[in-house]
Amino acid sequence: MKSENSSAHILSYGKLVATWLTLLALTALTVAITRLDLGSYKVWGALAIACLKSGLVIAIFMHMRYEGRLLRLLLFVALLTLSIFIGFTFFDVLYR
Amino acid sequence: MSQPHHKDYAGAKLGMWLFLFTELLLFGGMFILYAVYLARYPHEFAAGGKQLHWVMGTVNTVILLTSSLFVAMAVTALQRGEVRRTIGLISGTIICAAGFLVIKYFEWSAKIGHGIFPGSPHLKEGPPGESVFFSLYYMTTGIHGLHVVIGSILLAWIALKVKHGSVHSGDYVLLENGALYWHLVDLIWIFIFPLYYLVL
Amino acid sequence: MAATDNKQPDQRGGFWNDSGKAGIGSWIFSTDHKRIGLLYFYSTFGFFLVGVLLGLLLRIELMAPGRTIMGPQTYNALFTVHGVVMIFLFIIPGFQGSFGNLVMPIQIGARDVSFPRLNLFSWWIYMIGALVVLTALFTGGGPPDTGWTFYVPFSARTGTNVSLAVLGVFIIGFSSILTGINFVTTIHRLRAEGMGWYRLPLFTWSLYATAWIQILATPILAITLVLIIAERLLGTGLFDPGQGGDPVMFQHLFWIYSHPAVYIMILPAMGVISDIIPVFSRKPIFGYKMIVFSSIAIAAAGSLVWGHHMFTSGMSDTAVLVFSFLTFVVAIPSAIKVFNWVSTLYRGSISLEAPMLFALTFILLFSIGGLSGLILGAAATDIHVHDTHFVVGHFHYVMFGGTGFAFFAAMHYWLPKFYGRRYAEKPALVAWGLMFVGFNILYFTMQVLGMKGMPRRYYDYLPEFADLNLVATIGSWILAVGLLIMVINLFRGLWWGVPFEGNPWGGATLEWSVPTPPPTENFEQEPVVTHGPYDFKGTGIP
Repeated sequence: MKSENSSAHILSYGKLVATWLTLLALTALTVAITRLDLGSYKVWGALAIACLKSGLVIAIFMHMRYEGRLLRLLLFVALLTLSIFIGFTFFDVLYR
Repeated sequence: MSQPHHKDYAGAKLGMWLFLFTELLLFGGMFILYAVYLARYPHEFAAGGKQLHWVMGTVNTVILLTSSLFVAMAVTALQRGEVRRTIGLISGTIICAAGFLVIKYFEWSAKIGHGIFPGSPHLKEGPPGESVFFSLYYMTTGIHGLHVVIGSILLAWIALKVKHGSVHSGDYVLLENGALYWHLVDLIWIFIFPLYYLVL
Repeated sequence: MAATDNKQPDQRGGFWNDSGKAGIGSWIFSTDHKRIGLLYFYSTFGFFLVGVLLGLLLRIELMAPGRTIMGPQTYNALFTVHGVVMIFLFIIPGFQGSFGNLVMPIQIGARDVSFPRLNLFSWWIYMIGALVVLTALFTGGGPPDTGWTFYVPFSARTGTNVSLAVLGVFIIGFSSILTGINFVTTIHRLRAEGMGWYRLPLFTWSLYATAWIQILATPILAITLVLIIAERLLGTGLFDPGQGGDPVMFQHLFWIYSHPAVYIMILPAMGVISDIIPVFSRKPIFGYKMIVFSSIAIAAAGSLVWGHHMFTSGMSDTAVLVFSFLTFVVAIPSAIKVFNWVSTLYRGSISLEAPMLFALTFILLFSIGGLSGLILGAAATDIHVHDTHFVVGHFHYVMFGGTGFAFFAAMHYWLPKFYGRRYAEKPALVAWGLMFVGFNILYFTMQVLGMKGMPRRYYDYLPEFADLNLVATIGSWILAVGLLIMVINLFRGLWWGVPFEGNPWGGATLEWSVPTPPPTENFEQEPVVTHGPYDFKGTGIP
């Protein structure tokens, strides 16, 4: 049976390496940002960069950029679910 | 009567992503705890973070990012039919994984040598927030490390199949799914790193 | 097809014989969703009967104040194991595993699920986990005595075999996750031509919504169980105030899974009812799309309300407010279903056979349970009834009167199609009657006892509660007799009863269009679907 693999999108080595270099740069940025005296914003800053890094890994390395709408929607649902679990717990923890 | 069973490439990939969602939620449970206790013990978490070696953490982050690069390149290589390169790249990923685990081993043994482990007298005597920080650190990095081991074994098995020819340029979803799993392991660490090593 | 007087299972035809394999190996290593479905059915239903026995023993102890047949430690262990067995070994895996596996692939026009070997693996994991749980009962410090909710600090300190029991549940959790992944993929990928999303039977829709909860919620249970083990074996102290932990955080993590879990328990049951009511009313379901929407809404909104188990835990007032409000919101889609089922009945041509009788009873009992749920969901009234027998009555109404009765309905509705034989109608009706009476005597009395202040999970109680407790226990005996008659009648019929062929119920969903019993491949050729699942007129079925 001819499988559907053969028409799938192939990522060039160049693109992959470029992504990797960007990730390394962002890693350096993460370390740098936490050396600055930003108080509690350090956590949010580091988290924001972590989200950027993970976005790159998901989009390029994990191919999500080239997948259909369905998979992207489902990923969003999973992330939304986790956010709700964390967020609603804070309704308790923040207001005791 | 019955038609031959086709392989469902899109279905296999969908199934794998669904499995990755479960892993996301699994680690998510520990991140829920982290978030709550960070809000409660900001100073103790910072103090705990300072006791972790940020250089080792950074090196490990670079190692895992590189391992992700290698396995992503392995997929491209196999799609292009470059079998030897594929196996070489997967081996590179596994070597990175081994490096990661070696550094982890040194980190853990150093901490344990200093009396910092779950339920240790040192932690019991110290501020409660620090005990929580380190318990979470051990649980999270421990379960993450377990996934590194599982991922390595999975990729090694897939590499054997590539060598054997049962995973090839016409049917490589197994490698793709193995790579997806590996990227997830990398993703979790992308969050562990700043939250534990850089909350200074 | 099966001959009238043969008693050999291997002459039933269809998937029982056509693979050419025989013996137990052809079953426990089979990747046929129908065989796996029956494996799940017998194992989960078997554990249900074990759970019933444990429940009856509890009721005997509670028949009179003071010690009746057991001491307090045994009592604590008994209600814990009753809960663990019923919830983790029967209700959560039961519907998806048995009827989901048996029926869903055929309903969507597929040959099997997307990952048949994974399906078999799921059942094996379930059995291994169940074995570990059972081992925990008879080794180490003995069966856990914490309640199935394993609250800290007691679960971290008790000498009973919590770690092993919890490990067993962890393993079973994997089974649930893998089944969820399998079903979502199958329903997305393997629908036959013409089987659009809005032609899916509502049972399949309910399985889809349930599978999503299995995927997204179960991992939280997994990590929670691992953390209990870590608390016990490593002294992590994450829930121990003496080490900076917060015991309420355990409750959050536990209920973040366990509340959605109750929707895993009820959604497939509701799906069965949505399939049965139209068939026995000869009328399409009222408001098909609203029922679909309500199933997704229940799955989604059900993930937002876990704090309503924690109103008295020391949670913030803000959280109490938010969770109480959202609990009322999640009642709405359930109510929509009840209205739609009743509207389907209106001006329908109703035949009161066993599946329909159980289905109608579901509507009544689930509604009663739902109403008591509102009393629990309102924070103010919950303060009075939390941790009393009111709660016990509530969840038995929804889980037993609801899911349990729907499970019985499904047994009478579908099993004859897979066996090619059927049960006798009159004993089924007698059994139903006894169960209905016994059930309400047992559990309505509990609601009254709870209102009067009788706590749950207490070994003993005040003398003023004695009379009603005796009444409840008598109710449990009537219920048990009815159950026994139902089980004997059903299995005697399936094995040796009157032949059941074709489509006697007149269903319009695909499982009724295949031979009886269905062949291994389900369909000779992939079907092309041209009508909706309750389109009785369109199929020419009267």
